[in-house]
Amino acid sequence: MNITRNASIVFGVAALVLTAFLPAQQAAAQVSTANEFNVNLQKRDSANPPPWEDGVHDTDNEATFSLQPPEEAYQGLPRTRFGNRIDWVKALDDKQLRPRWDRLDSSEEPFVMDLDIVRPVKASMPDVVFPHRQHTEWLFCSNCHPAIFVPQAGANQINMSAILLGEKCGVCHGKVAFPVTTATCTKCHSKAKPADWKPPLSEATLKNPWR
Amino acid sequence: MPSMISRRPFGISLIAGLLIGLWFWAAPQPAQAEYGDVVINNYADAAGMRPVVFPHWFHRVRFRCKVCHADLGFQFKAGGNEITMAKIVDGQFCGACHNGEVAWSVENCAMCHSGVPGTPTHFHGSTVQRLVAPAFKPLDPAAAAGSQ
Repeated sequence: MNITRNASIVFGVAALVLTAFLPAQQAAAQVSTANEFNVNLQKRDSANPPPWEDGVHDTDNEATFSLQPPEEAYQGLPRTRFGNRIDWVKALDDKQLRPRWDRLDSSEEPFVMDLDIVRPVKASMPDVVFPHRQHTEWLFCSNCHPAIFVPQAGANQINMSAILLGEKCGVCHGKVAFPVTTATCTKCHSKAKPADWKPPLSEATLKNPWR
Repeated sequence: MPSMISRRPFGISLIAGLLIGLWFWAAPQPAQAEYGDVVINNYADAAGMRPVVFPHWFHRVRFRCKVCHADLGFQFKAGGNEITMAKIVDGQFCGACHNGEVAWSVENCAMCHSGVPGTPTHFHGSTVQRLVAPAFKPLDPAAAAGSQ
């Protein structure tokens, strides 16, 4: 019985090895991913892989192997569950990172402006608090004003569709700054509505003659 | 009876092995570069070079966004800066630092030109990339080139 069980394991492994190394082209062209379970929920098998394992760098290129793996640079930095999985703002606040503000002069300090902008939100989500401080630690005024955001109250129409499509906040958030995920909603939507707040009724509900 | 018990695991392990093998064989493995990596392939492929992979994470560890995006004039758009080697050698864009003084110089071609040939210009792992415009990546580059 032991022999047959061992044989079965050997056969199983052999089958796995054989199929894994067969040429991939013919079958791959026919596989449709349209009906896969949860196509939008693409879990990454490994976070922060080295360049030679990330699928974007060419492994036929020798220099790929001399590039720094992210994990090496991230040692000791605070972690998150999204983006680079690094809390860049916290790393800067805790002085674990000292990125230069000037290309050449490492002693230059950023021009930090500590001003929170509260943006009321029509729907039930908490209101948005935009903190200038964290942004001016990294960026200069001209990066956002006036091209992306007009520096005037009420002059900027922002909605989540625009952000997800890479406009407004989405120029950075969703590309390099922390992305829009379920885990990050409350980073921006952080000011709770008053306790007696009720969502506004939709026009269709108000006009419904059969109510 | 013993023969039945011994035969069953054989079949199960064979099928499991085949299925796992088939998955590795058939499922296209998605690229998993670091969040914020930008592939720039405006001109590289056409010039016979690998596309450039720009690692945002590497640079933001060392410089704030302002240095490149305000001082050096990089637009917030993947491939939107029309960077060429002539401009870099002239001290513009990457060339402001990659001149052998702040960072290593341009003779290290393959350090930047390190992407898989044929990868289009895109912002790797961006929300737009995932939800709206997934990067076209032919499963068989040879067949794709033949069909054009």
